[in-house]
Amino acid sequence: MLAISNLEVVYEDVILVLKGVSLSVPEGSIVALLGANGAGKTTVLRAITGLLGVHRGNITKGTITLDGEEIHHLDAPATVATGIGQVMEGRRIFTEFTVDENLRIGAHTADRGSVDGNLDRVYSTFPAIAGRRTQVAGYLSGGEQQMLAIGRALMAEPRVLLLDEPSLGLAPLIVQQIRDLIVEINQQGTSVLLVEQNANMALSIASHGYILETGKVVMDKPAAELREDEDVREFYLGLREEGAGSFRDVKHYKRRKRWLS
Amino acid sequence: MEELIASVIRGLGIGSTYALLGVGFVIIYRATEVVNFAQPALMILGAYFTAYYVFNLGLPFWVATLAAMVTMALIGAITERIALRPMVGEPPFAAAMVTVGVFIILLIVAFRLIGTTVITVGDPWGLERMDVFGIRIFQVDVAKIVISMVAISIVGIFLKRSRVGLAMRATALDQEVALAQGVNVGRMFGLSWAIAGALAALAGMLIGTGSGGVEATTAFIALKALPVIILGGLDSIQGSVYAGLIIGVAESLTRSYQPEFAPILGANFDVVVPYLIMILVLMVRPYGLFGTPEVQRV
Ligand SMILES: Nc1ncnc2c1ncn2[C@@H]1O[C@H](COP(=O)(O)OP(=O)(O)OP(=O)(O)O)[C@@H](O)[C@H]1O
Ligand SMILES: [Mg+2]
Repeated sequence: MLAISNLEVVYEDVILVLKGVSLSVPEGSIVALLGANGAGKTTVLRAITGLLGVHRGNITKGTITLDGEEIHHLDAPATVATGIGQVMEGRRIFTEFTVDENLRIGAHTADRGSVDGNLDRVYSTFPAIAGRRTQVAGYLSGGEQQMLAIGRALMAEPRVLLLDEPSLGLAPLIVQQIRDLIVEINQQGTSVLLVEQNANMALSIASHGYILETGKVVMDKPAAELREDEDVREFYLGLREEGAGSFRDVKHYKRRKRWLS
Repeated sequence: MEELIASVIRGLGIGSTYALLGVGFVIIYRATEVVNFAQPALMILGAYFTAYYVFNLGLPFWVATLAAMVTMALIGAITERIALRPMVGEPPFAAAMVTVGVFIILLIVAFRLIGTTVITVGDPWGLERMDVFGIRIFQVDVAKIVISMVAISIVGIFLKRSRVGLAMRATALDQEVALAQGVNVGRMFGLSWAIAGALAALAGMLIGTGSGGVEATTAFIALKALPVIILGGLDSIQGSVYAGLIIGVAESLTRSYQPEFAPILGANFDVVVPYLIMILVLMVRPYGLFGTPEVQRV
């Protein structure tokens, strides 16, 4: 189980971005982390994967554990070695590398003997990119690039996979495909922490969901309950009553009170 | 005709040593975005260590060459670790200034070690010549070309085919993403300096062969690697190779023909030719013949 407890993160020594976040991803589950722009979702993932340093960020409080072992002091390569894989926001594939090279770099920490087998496995999971192994990745479509980014993360055979907005900028049909692939990956035994703004998609496959707002978890419920929650429907699923005010118009304290109760 | 061919071959010989230095620059630049002005000092120390291993330790020439390459690889990696690593995240300009400091320090060390003498490296070529299609050429020029191109090819294949080479290229493209794949980016920085150090040592050895010999001040000659990387593009290994050869040949042809055809330019005009080419390139194509346009913002 991946567990975050009371996490506080500061950028540039002064900008407090996470204010005591706690969440957990039980073995074998899909957990959704939802929130608006700037809520701190990506920051949570950076904290888990040892990438805060790159952004002049620091963990100032709290712990992150994987199966009870503290991992928040580990650097990025060491985190990868513990079995945490990630698909970064915006895909971040190496556009100048071939598809094959993109996957191989994902296996940097893996056993040399496992690379070819994992390549085959990824290509059979993502037939769309299998035919383009020697092509430069920059020429792939957005959906194919997202699949490549996910495939790259799978090359290290992670036990926990962190996905940062995999649906970003993709057409509804492709989002469906990506969603099904996440389920498939999960069924093969990988736990998933799914960061999304597309709450619809995330809550349809997650067992549990957290809602992050300006650095705090304001809701923490089974996904089924979140799907039924009036506020979530309104603000994150876009299913609001005709004539209702916008997100900003709702009195903040009112929502908070409800969420904390 | 024979004189022309001999001049071109001499130019290709010296040019391939420039290419070695240029490739070292490019590898460090791509991995770390630092322009390494210390490269010529690494070269001169490489020549010194080759000579030291041959004459003081009695090692066979080839063993001494490899040992000098390993020595300079270590010195390169150590330099990166103590002088450049703390500069990570600082502007590239500041890091480049640090390498100027490193250049001066290593140069002073070289002056101490070498003194004012000219050292030779105990090479098997000396002033031997050989016949190629009826043309008498110096063996040393052929050795320079072949050895440099083999070394650069090995580096190229390593980068292209090996797991660590892939990790180095990934680091060059996007450090954060490389980190996220588990690449130890700091180690890749060190490795790029090690490779540059080894190539510089090889260049130093080659410049010290033949009729040459090396003095501590030869380091300044190696500053010609700057025109080479400007012409070739800071981020292109291939560019460095072509540019090194072009500049070597331009220099050699100038030395052969300028005194006869343009005596008005005075003696030793060939020395400034690489820099003239550099200025010209900077005016018309600041990212070099083979470089990527964005790279011009150093
Ligand atoms: N390197 C940084 N330095 C300073 N502030 C930062 C830095 N990175 C992020 N922030 C700030 O931290 C907050 C959270 O950012 P983060 O990227 O984690 O949000 P997010 O939930 O992932 O948003 P999005 O949905 O837009 O990706 C934002 O206010 C952002 O401006
Ligand atoms: Mg984000």
